[in-house]
Amino acid sequence: MAESVGRNHPRSEWLARAMVWSAAALVTVTFCCILGNILWQGLSHISWTFLTAPPRNAGREGGIGPILVSTGLILGVCLSVSLPIGIGAAVLLSEFTADDSVFGGLTRRSLDVLSGVPSIVFGLFGNAFFSKTLGLGFSILSGGLTLACMVLPILIRATEEGFRAVPQDYRLSAAALGLSRTTTLFHLLLPAAVPGLLVGLVLGVGRAIAETAALIFTSGYVDRMPASLMDSGRALSIHIFDLSMNVSGGDANAYASALVLVAALLMINSASDWAMDHWLQRRIVFA
Amino acid sequence: MSCILFPFNRDRIFIWVLRGFAAIAGAIVVLIVVFLLLEALPALRHVGILRFFTDPSWHPAEGFYNLTPMLWGTLFVMTGSVLIATPLGILSAVFCHFYAPRDVARLYRRLIGLLAGIPSVVYGFWGLVALVPFIGAIRPPGPSLLAGIVILTIMILPTIALMADASLANVPQQYLRGAAALGLPRWATIRGIVFPAAKSGLFTGVILETGRAIGETMAILMVCGNVVQTPHGLFDPMRTLTSNIALEMAYALGDHRAALFVSGLLLMAMIVALVIAAEWISRGRIYG
Repeated sequence: MAESVGRNHPRSEWLARAMVWSAAALVTVTFCCILGNILWQGLSHISWTFLTAPPRNAGREGGIGPILVSTGLILGVCLSVSLPIGIGAAVLLSEFTADDSVFGGLTRRSLDVLSGVPSIVFGLFGNAFFSKTLGLGFSILSGGLTLACMVLPILIRATEEGFRAVPQDYRLSAAALGLSRTTTLFHLLLPAAVPGLLVGLVLGVGRAIAETAALIFTSGYVDRMPASLMDSGRALSIHIFDLSMNVSGGDANAYASALVLVAALLMINSASDWAMDHWLQRRIVFA
Repeated sequence: MSCILFPFNRDRIFIWVLRGFAAIAGAIVVLIVVFLLLEALPALRHVGILRFFTDPSWHPAEGFYNLTPMLWGTLFVMTGSVLIATPLGILSAVFCHFYAPRDVARLYRRLIGLLAGIPSVVYGFWGLVALVPFIGAIRPPGPSLLAGIVILTIMILPTIALMADASLANVPQQYLRGAAALGLPRWATIRGIVFPAAKSGLFTGVILETGRAIGETMAILMVCGNVVQTPHGLFDPMRTLTSNIALEMAYALGDHRAALFVSGLLLMAMIVALVIAAEWISRGRIYG
């Protein structure tokens, strides 16, 4: 018995080790290929003029100034709608809802489905509801609102996690001191739940600026500088899509735009990592 | 006295405000389904459900609305990518937990996190300029089912890898200590103890990645060639349900537009089925 263990296992162990390491190597190499390719091809086109100038000749020349502005506006609309609703819903679900409540259960289930809805379906919905029924047309507003629906489940789930990570002692002590639940929430729980909130915010922003399919039929393609929220504005991801699919000879600028988009996402990610550490250290503790 | 009563009143108002927010959040799914149905209704009435599967072809201008080639396209590309990404993702998580030195594991986790953050349009663009010409050199035309599967695999890999990572982390430490005490070698521990213990998390990960694979639009649209046909080989170009919507929404009118909303409904139905499956798995969990 000991003999067979000694003889058989090392081979399968060795095989497994080789398999696991080669899987990890494959993933790493693929990642480096993609990022290296975009970095290599994009870096030479990036300049201050590229970031600020308007696109010319359907985007083959010129820069992405108005597109960055549109992207920022869409993101702004999205966050200013989804943050209050998301945090409110998360507070209700984690602090004021019993585990067996029907309303809470239904809301959770519906958010589970919402987080799985394909982005193109959000696009269809946004087009039918915001653009057509509410009459917002192809505009930054309808694009931002569509994205708000999309990031809501991400925001709510992360914020809820943040609240769940707050020790139960805080609530009990606050109740023992006779604080109202509103006061407890604003002065104790909310500050303590900031890390979760921040994670949600970052994930939401990441998802929102990465989004393409939901925006094609809601915020549209127009690459001029938007004058108001009712104007159509082209998001950065749509710009990359349009340059690579519909504009021949647009690859150089598409590379540069892709690099800008990836760099923005990486910056947001590392900022959140830093902020997470910072906030976690500063957490309220019983001194 | 009023000091004690007042907060309760304020609490009550505040809770109703929160309830309103939560109700809005919960109602979005209902709104989506209602609007998809409303917009799809003309097609369901004029064309009927059956003809979406029995019509000779997809030629909306001539009144033919056969969705089956796109449905097969979605299923093929989904199956292919899930079959490749699942083992890769799970092995990635195993690598992080049991094989890699601590610093390598930390770096690798960051890398997976970065992969998860890269937008689909960037993956699609890379596929278009790097992968498609490469496949085209092996066997023309290049834009193909294979390109779609490769891109989608890269895209859904982080989903399953992160999920598997989390569920491996949840395996109780005493299981591992018990295995070590029995003198089990590493892979035997992983296969015999860790995988069964993390089963429900791993299955949930597979379901999540499947959902992502079904819903992916832009990357697939950019590398698959978008010819409406049921692909017969890995190198055939094809079109998925999602890219069909993205391609034709811009100019679709009347029944054509409604037919696209019908495919939206179809996608929605698939996602709901997956969410129910995930719920079913997490309820039937046996371990930890």
